[in-house]
Order: sequence, then structure tokens, then C-alpha cells
Amino acid sequence: MAVEQGMRTREAAKPARVRRLLPNPIPLLLGLVWFVIAFYPVYYMFITSLRTQAGFLSGSLWLPPSNPTAENYLSVIGNGIGLYFLNSAFVTVISVALIVAVSLLAAYAIARIRSRVVQITFRVLLLGLAIPLQAAIIPIYVLIVHIGLYDTLYGLIPPQVAFGIPLTVLILVNFIRDIPNELYDSMVLDGSGHFRILRSLVFPLSRPALITVVIYNALQVWNNFLFPLILTQSSNIQTLPLALQQFQGQYGVNVPGLMAAVFLSVLPIIVLYVIARRQLLGGLTAGFGK
Amino acid sequence: MPGRLNWSVPLMLLPAVAFFVVFALGPMIAAVYISFLDWNGISTPHWVGLGNWTKAFSDSVTLHSIFLTVQVMVLSWIVQTPISLLLGVFLAGKQRYRAFLGVFYFLPLLFSAVAIGLIWASSMLSANGALNSFLKAIGASSLTNDWLGNPSIAFYAVIAVIAWQFIPFHTLLYQAGTRQIPQVLYEAARIDGAGTLQQFFYITLPQLKYTVVTSTILMFTGSLTYFDVIYVMTGGGPGYATRTLPLQMYITAFQDAQIGYGSAIAVILAVVGVLLSLIMIWLTGFGRMESQAEGL
Repeated sequence: MAVEQGMRTREAAKPARVRRLLPNPIPLLLGLVWFVIAFYPVYYMFITSLRTQAGFLSGSLWLPPSNPTAENYLSVIGNGIGLYFLNSAFVTVISVALIVAVSLLAAYAIARIRSRVVQITFRVLLLGLAIPLQAAIIPIYVLIVHIGLYDTLYGLIPPQVAFGIPLTVLILVNFIRDIPNELYDSMVLDGSGHFRILRSLVFPLSRPALITVVIYNALQVWNNFLFPLILTQSSNIQTLPLALQQFQGQYGVNVPGLMAAVFLSVLPIIVLYVIARRQLLGGLTAGFGK
Repeated sequence: MPGRLNWSVPLMLLPAVAFFVVFALGPMIAAVYISFLDWNGISTPHWVGLGNWTKAFSDSVTLHSIFLTVQVMVLSWIVQTPISLLLGVFLAGKQRYRAFLGVFYFLPLLFSAVAIGLIWASSMLSANGALNSFLKAIGASSLTNDWLGNPSIAFYAVIAVIAWQFIPFHTLLYQAGTRQIPQVLYEAARIDGAGTLQQFFYITLPQLKYTVVTSTILMFTGSLTYFDVIYVMTGGGPGYATRTLPLQMYITAFQDAQIGYGSAIAVILAVVGVLLSLIMIWLTGFGRMESQAEGL
């Protein structure tokens, strides 16, 4: 906000002949072309979800139906999409809580303690940034079957946590290292131990980084498809992405119904986007947008 | 006291290390071991040495999927990089209308890969989908196609959808990179009489060098692992037309129950992924973060 205002005053200070009254037409035109490409499929998905199954083929490419129907949404809800929401929410909340808790502890140790062992541990965790999830999925499957968590929601959590840790630790370490040493020193002088320092200094001060990693990991877990595809089987423990993919077979040619399910699945994230766009986009490029 | 190793340090590191070793690093190493086994997941595994490996490099389906994966990398880069770069620079501009358009540009980032696959496969690219209806409406009926069912088109349709999915992410990287370019460089260039295009080629582009490297490596490692969208849209078909390495790994291990052979393919994925990541660390100097820590 402040930046924009500063911008406008500077703009206003320029002589009138330099100031552009209209946007440069070439970028504007190309910008609008990309607007159509990026937004149209989302828009078409939404207007299709409001059509009746009989009417959707003859529907307009651009206009919403004149008599929108909620029947697709009712049908999808009647088919139990609520359960898949709960499943996804359960896995997401527990996984993200675990990722952030264990990563914060580890990041504190790595950022504050100068010991070879600790720094080597950090290097080992960073190796995880390079491991593609697909490459480890077969042994993970074998392991999850072996420990009896196959086809349970609990079985999805440990691998999600393991693959969330490396980037989360990296981001938190970089943030915690930036907290001034004087603050630690004064707490140490007061006789505070590691856990006290974590609770009353590191935790409150690293809130921006914590928000970033929570958003990043929540999206990763919420949208993950491979783990549920391989580690579950029963229809009542599907998470949303897997349930959507199964709807495709179930709904077959009922495209409006399918699009209603797609829209419902993304609705929570759209709401989050409307409320906290900046934090969400920051969370998405976590660790890469230096 | 902080700065010294005491009893609580292992306690703080242990949970993260345990999760990571048991459910990520351990499985990765185990995949190498399993790649030497002939195993269907149920019966007793047999040691076959390099059997799966010689198979991987002689099996025409796997070789084809390696070839397709390389094509995905190269084509994705060619399609996504110029568009993301231009959009990033476009959005870095301070005009209000650009910020407004940006809100819509980033929408694809919110969707799961499955949702994106479904939107494109069943409402945009299907026989009676929006693209064909649009082509008919503008009188170009001859251009209509069975985009995902035609073996010679499906691969390119998949590349296009992947581009739609990932361009917003790379646009964000380029937007952030462009905003960090010092304004004085542009002011100096304007005084020297440089036009918009010259400023772009002589200031913006060279200053975005590291962003290009980061974005490129992320595209390459990403291309290795594109699975969800392809699985949902084509399942690797028609025929083998879109069966890239991750699809080939999944089908081999979980549909054909060749766990050992599937693991060999998984290890190929990992080795290429790690190599690309190492190149990224080397090129962008990720290591610098380490040296900053010395001053504690």
C-alpha cells in the first residue's frame, strides 16, 4: 500500500508530457491474451458446473446458463464429497502440524548449535530436496504395508511429513539465523534453557516464516495425489484428489457433475486466496523466490 | 547453554531425522536394493543382479519413455520459459491493471494436478469440449481434433496443459527477480537514451540470470516427475504416446507387479533428479548460505 502510494506521488511529480495517460498497448494486449488463456478454463469449468447434464453440450462458450442449476452440487454432496473433505482435512492438519513441529525443533538446533554432528545432520536433511517423491514410492509402499498402515489415513501421514521436512527446515534455519545474537545472549543470561528460548523468543519472532511453511506444506498435502493413489484402496478413506479422479470414472459423461466436484475441491483454497493472496503466493514459492 | 552440545540437542533433532530417514532417505536407498531383485511384491524375491538394469536399457517401452521424458523437459522449457519471463516482467510493472490481471494469472496454482487434468480432459479438450466448439464457432471445423485420443497429438496436448499448470509458478519467480533489479540501472539507461526493448535486453535479461537458472532447473526436475496430470488425462496413452518415465515406473511396479524392475526405473529418476539439483546448487551458489552461518 505504502509502496503504491509512494509510486503515485512520484508519478504525479513527473511532467505531464512524460506521464502515460494510457497503458502501452502492446503489453496490454498480450496481457489480455494471457488473461483469457489462464482464466477461461477456470471460468468454463464453473459455468459448466451450473448447467444441466442435458443442456451442457448446447451451452454457450462464454455466457453462464440463463437458468443455473444447483443439481450438480447437490448430487456431488449427496455422493459423499463431504467425507473426502474430512479425510483430506484430517491428513492435512496432522501432517502440517507434525512437519512444522519437528522442523522447528531441528531448525533451532541447526541454527544455534555449532557442532559438526549437527551440521552434518543438516546436510543429510538437505539431500531430501533432491529426492523425487516418485523415486521412493515403491519402498514406501512396501514399508507402509509392512507396518500395517496400508489403506488407512494414518499411513498417508509419515511419508507426507518426511518429504515436507527438508524444505521446511531449510526455510526455518535461514530465518532463525537472522534473529540477532544479542536476543539469545540476554535470554541465556537470564538462565533460560533451549526450550524456553524456543517458546518465548524463536517461536514468536519466526511467525512470518512459520506462516509460509504452513501454507506451503498444507497445499502440498491437500493436493497430493500419489500417496493416496498408492497407499490406499477403500473408497471411504480416499482424500479429495483421489476421490475426484474416481469421480471421473463414476460420472463418466456427466461433465457438469464432475466440474461441480472440481469446483468444490478447490473452493477452500480459493477462499484462502481471496483472504490472504500475498501469503499464499509467498508460501507457494517458499525457498525459491529469493 | 546454547552453542554447546548437551543432552537436549539430539532430542531436538531426533524427530525430524527419524521421519526423514525412515520414510524418505531409507526408502530411496532401499529402492536401489530392490532394483536388483525379481519380485512381484508377494512371493519370495530373487536376486537377479543387474537383470532389471540391462532390461531397463534394452526394453523398448522404457527407452521410449526415457525419450519422451527428455522431450517433455526440452519442450516444456521452450514453451514455458519465454512466456513466464515475459509475464514476470509484465507483472513486475507497477501499473494497477497489471496487478489486477495477475490475480487471475495465478489461479492455476490453486488447483490440484488432478483438478487441472479433469478440467482439461473432460471440458476443454474432449471431443465435444470447449476447444472444438470454439474452432467450429469460428468456422475452423477442419482444425477440430480428438486432442487426447489422437496418438500424434496427445503428447503435445499434455505439454500444453503442463505449461498452463506451471507457467504461473515460474511467472512468480520472474516477477520477484525483476522487482529486485535496482531502479538506478534503468534510470541510467534512460539517461543514455535506451528504449524499452534495449532496457529489456541489456538490463532486465542479464540481471535475471540467476532466476533463469533456478527456474530452468526447477522445470527440468519437475519434468522428471510430472505424473498426476498425465495419469488423469491419458493414463500414459493412447498406446504409449504419453507414457513418460514416472508413468512407466507406476505401471511397471503397481499394475504389472514388477516391483524390482519398477525400482530400477525409479532409481534412474532419482539419479537424474539428484544430478540436476547438484547442478542447480553449483550454478546458483546455494552453498553461500552455509558460509553465512560461520559467523555465529
